[in-house]
Amino acid sequence: MHPAQLTFGFAPYRLSGTVYGVLLNHAPALAALGGAVNTAPYKAPPMAPVLYLKPRNTLAGPGSSCEVPADAPALQIGANLGAVIGRTACGVAEHDALEVVAGYVIVDDLSVPHDSFYRPSVRFKALDGSCVIGAIVARERVRDAAALAVRVFVDGKLVQRTSTGERIRPLTRLIADVTEFMTLAPGDILLLGTSAHAPTARAGQAVAIEIDGLGRIEHALVAAGEPEHSHATEPHA
Amino acid sequence: MKRARVAYAGAIHEAIPHARGLRLADGRIVAEGAVVWLAPFEVGTIIALGLNYADHAKELSFGKQEEPLVFLKGPGAVIGHRGQTRRPKDATFMHYECELAVVIGAPGRHIRKADAMRHVAGYTVANDYAIRDYLENWYRPNARVKNRDGGTVLGPWLVDAADIATPVHLELSTFVNGQQRQSGNTRDLVHDIASLIEYLSGFMTLNPGDVILTGTPEGVVNVNVGDEVVTEIAGIGRLVNTIADDALFGR
Repeated sequence: MHPAQLTFGFAPYRLSGTVYGVLLNHAPALAALGGAVNTAPYKAPPMAPVLYLKPRNTLAGPGSSCEVPADAPALQIGANLGAVIGRTACGVAEHDALEVVAGYVIVDDLSVPHDSFYRPSVRFKALDGSCVIGAIVARERVRDAAALAVRVFVDGKLVQRTSTGERIRPLTRLIADVTEFMTLAPGDILLLGTSAHAPTARAGQAVAIEIDGLGRIEHALVAAGEPEHSHATEPHA
Repeated sequence: MKRARVAYAGAIHEAIPHARGLRLADGRIVAEGAVVWLAPFEVGTIIALGLNYADHAKELSFGKQEEPLVFLKGPGAVIGHRGQTRRPKDATFMHYECELAVVIGAPGRHIRKADAMRHVAGYTVANDYAIRDYLENWYRPNARVKNRDGGTVLGPWLVDAADIATPVHLELSTFVNGQQRQSGNTRDLVHDIASLIEYLSGFMTLNPGDVILTGTPEGVVNVNVGDEVVTEIAGIGRLVNTIADDALFGR
């Protein structure tokens, strides 16, 4: 991601480049697993937030293209509300949690579709350019982040209608439970979780995500190029 | 060459070993205890391996993994040499993990095994704590176990790759309050360094400052508040950490 895309006009002025996602935070998504949550390998539903990192090689801005691996038929579109942390957050109480949020971004958390959540599946979640981040909107300009309509389009066609609601952990509870054991830094992004029935898109298709009050991001998927030997690349932000 | 990053007298310095402690880049000689030790390089993405020594996998009752078991850690987990790591009062099994940390230099994607070692900038010691009480079977090992503040100790030195012979066969040891509790050798890695670089770069670009924590051998033991834990790798360094209680952190 270009360094200029990381900066914005109000505190904390810059994204840190650290992005955490949360799995199965959408109540219908967890419910869709049904009784499988109680059988091996899971043996019980999740208790703590199930977190994962979108590392810095995944960061991309609107208008970017994400390569689809040759052996993946499609990528899952993970439309997410992202909360940008405004100040160092350690052991934050739920009733104070909104104060550490500087603003919100639309994030597409792209993954190779997978239906086992036992292991962290980094190979499916950490593809280059698979975390597309839109422009930040200040918290004060968003009245209720838990009630925003979300629309996902592929090649101009509406393929998913969902909302930022129905979260097992709403944002303030998520911040409290996460910062109990790990500090969030200014500029970090914490995703609220992908909704159930996430659509997919293939190489060559165009993706757009709208979240009411936050605008719209657009990006593309492209086919993976031929691998080069010991491919020297430009460093990614 | 071995280099450290330390805070001293109002600034952050690069330093090299000296008979009396460290020599800062500006020429000052300081004692080991007089400085604050940071991670010895600017840390990028932290990629950790689980079950990458056959004996440790058996210790935890897992069979051999075909695909490397990889998980990522955030920057807040990192502390340097001579730091403190919190042991929550409700934990019953918190253990150290002595690991060889491989720091990436030249960036790359689709790196072949035969070229992989050219992408290594150097090595340091890691101690990657885990609190097994919090283990769950969702994206395991989960963040509450493995992404805790201060849970990943790195240092003291970054040792240049050129100073370490390949194949990399180094003794690992962990001492708790001076008594050795863990030993192993990196020759016993299930997936070796070059294989890991090939595997990871197959799906993600590796960038300078990215670091691979290559796993820990058998012999992980519970540690308690007040314990001094020393993780040592021959030729790389001796990394010291102390276990602290909730009260120190106002919990």
